[in-house]
Amino acid sequence: MKQEFTISLFSENHIGILNQITIILTRRQINIESITASESAVKGVHLLTLVVKTTPDMVRKIARQMEKLIEVLKVFVHTSEEIIYQEIALYKVTTKGLMSGNVIDHIVRTHHARILEVSPEYIVIEKTGHKAEITDLLAQLEPHGLLQFVRSGRVAITKQVKELNAYLRELDEAHRFKPEQVGVLN
Amino acid sequence: MKEEKQADQEVLQVNGHEHLTGADALLRSLIEEGVDTIFGYPGGAIMPVYDKLLDYTDRLNHILTRHEQGAAHAAQAYAMVTGKPGICFTTSGPGATNLVTGIANAYLDSVPVIFITAQVVSGLIGTDAFQETDILGVSMPVTKWNCQVKKAQDIPDTIAKAFYIASTGRPGPVLIDITKDAQVEKLDFKYKKCNYLRSYNPHIPLHTRAIESASIMINHAEKPLILAGHGVLISGAVKELREFAEKAGIPVAATLLGLSCFPSGHRLYTGFLGMHGNYGPNLLTNEADLIIAIGMRFDDRVTGNLKKYAKKARIIHIEIDEAEINKNVQVDLEIHNDAREVLQYLIPLVKQKSYESWIREFRICDKTEYEKVIRQEIKPESGAVRMGEVVREVSELTKGDAIIITDVGQNQMSAARYYRFTEPYSLVTSGGMGTMGFGLPASVGAKIGKPEKQVVAFIGDGGFQMTIQELGTILHYKIPVKLIILNNGFLGMVRQWQDMFFKKRYASTELVNPDFVKIAEGFSIPSRKVSRREDLKNSLVEMLAAEGPYLLDIEVEKEGNVLPMVEPGASVSEVTLNYKS
Repeated sequence: MKQEFTISLFSENHIGILNQITIILTRRQINIESITASESAVKGVHLLTLVVKTTPDMVRKIARQMEKLIEVLKVFVHTSEEIIYQEIALYKVTTKGLMSGNVIDHIVRTHHARILEVSPEYIVIEKTGHKAEITDLLAQLEPHGLLQFVRSGRVAITKQVKELNAYLRELDEAHRFKPEQVGVLN
Repeated sequence: MKEEKQADQEVLQVNGHEHLTGADALLRSLIEEGVDTIFGYPGGAIMPVYDKLLDYTDRLNHILTRHEQGAAHAAQAYAMVTGKPGICFTTSGPGATNLVTGIANAYLDSVPVIFITAQVVSGLIGTDAFQETDILGVSMPVTKWNCQVKKAQDIPDTIAKAFYIASTGRPGPVLIDITKDAQVEKLDFKYKKCNYLRSYNPHIPLHTRAIESASIMINHAEKPLILAGHGVLISGAVKELREFAEKAGIPVAATLLGLSCFPSGHRLYTGFLGMHGNYGPNLLTNEADLIIAIGMRFDDRVTGNLKKYAKKARIIHIEIDEAEINKNVQVDLEIHNDAREVLQYLIPLVKQKSYESWIREFRICDKTEYEKVIRQEIKPESGAVRMGEVVREVSELTKGDAIIITDVGQNQMSAARYYRFTEPYSLVTSGGMGTMGFGLPASVGAKIGKPEKQVVAFIGDGGFQMTIQELGTILHYKIPVKLIILNNGFLGMVRQWQDMFFKKRYASTELVNPDFVKIAEGFSIPSRKVSRREDLKNSLVEMLAAEGPYLLDIEVEKEGNVLPMVEPGASVSEVTLNYKS
């Protein structure tokens, strides 16, 4: 059964890492529902958050293949229940729509969105939430002269706690006690 | 003016660092890693490196192949027989793209090869400059790691990292792309080997609890079977595997790349696994109640139909690459560790046992296979020469002590089936990728890696013509390899499939071949054509006794099929022993 998974991948900041990751998905013809990439809380470590729809078996296989990449530090796979996640969306609507009574103002309030900017021609509304909520607001705003709409990929935080910092510390510790590598073949 | 030039060439020492060019630093880094042999092909962008090679001829032996693909395969074979990473140099653009098949081949068979490609001057990257290719992008899916160097000062550390990554964990090819300006720029050279990368941890702490569980499963098994793969050879676990199998009394079967990790004549050895493997280990995989898979990856050519694979068995998978575990076959116990370390810990935990009636089942299968397949293949009384009898004759004449090289197809399967391997690391073949044209350049690399060994290559007439230009390399360096063309005038394995699964419609598989003896003559390689059984043994004796290279063009049965066969989609227990077209 296909379901939605959020893959959180921590990697070194190496050129081409995103390409290596997407290759793993494209060879199996798995579509990326959303993707976000930026520096994590640890300096020099990048965090990629990918959302894919696939089977639990497949997501486990691709996660292991991702973790096998040299520059990848750690890969976590979560179902939507195991994480707290948000997306952000920006909506540009005509100011005329706003002037025609307080409909838009009402929509903004009930959706817990906020107005970022107002100009004579347009207003920009920001909404943070789950995909369905963002889509819902989009549907509401559309009749009032929507000029532009853009949504981000997902950002997620796990409920289970093992901080990456702790993991990196463990790695460095383990290395200190690691015996010298010797020749591998023969 | 002259003095100035001399001063420029002198190596400056400042604070223990030498002031060198990037090209010098590259070669010095390789020497620091113990490299003495390089396979390659020059071109525009890599000229600064080749120029410097002349200053290191006392320490670095460069083998000029006749095509970059040949260099890649030779470097891989060199790595497979010596255990040291193979080194391969090529220029940018076509030089680099010609490597791709060779890189992919090394990747699928987990062989450490370090590919150094040159790149156009860094300022020109991205402009579609002459001979510019994005080789990083091209090679990304088929390398364990790749990297571009644009500054000379980054060369030593990148080379150190490349060696560490290529040769540890599950080995594999890496590619370093060095821009032309980085080759001529100067740097302060100091070399430090790499033994740690935060994001890459090849040395996994031993999962002792899992190994203890494995020992309990092993001690309680009634029909256990060991499947030994390339990982046994790579981790250097040959001795440990033998000790483990002998103590626990468990029969052993080997994958194609695992061949030679267990002696053929051993009472516990049951043969070769997979599509054209031996009858016993294939059939009885589905009778076993415990499978201990060591350093292998359950390739589809080994497992046949997964839905009917080893259903009576619990499976223990010992494998260093976590991504291979539960990829094709769901296992009951995973041990994600180095094979040798696992076996060392496991041996004292297993009980001394023997499974006489279980082993007898294998021997009964051996007998059936001998009667139905092997006898007419190795001891035919009439008809054309068979591939199997050629291989078995070589096996007997070399007493199993040669290094065997194969190409891909029927020649490969016959060599794998009928050569009796006794020495570890004595088979060099293209497994996962199945690259036709691998054999000839691989024989070059293997002989250079192990000059003291007899190197015999079995190559089909089709594959031989894919990399035939490497005869030039053999001529150039007088490489004493023994080449056997098993010539059936067909692309034999494809023809066999057409025979068995495509109503004998031989589409583009019959070959019009040149006179290989005349070709060998052109390359000054002594050669002979063999068409009759009576001439076979004498010709082989002559070939093996020859001091230099030698080529035998052996005319074999035109439409011979390699049997047994686990047909595509069939289970390993549904083995075809007889086939009448």
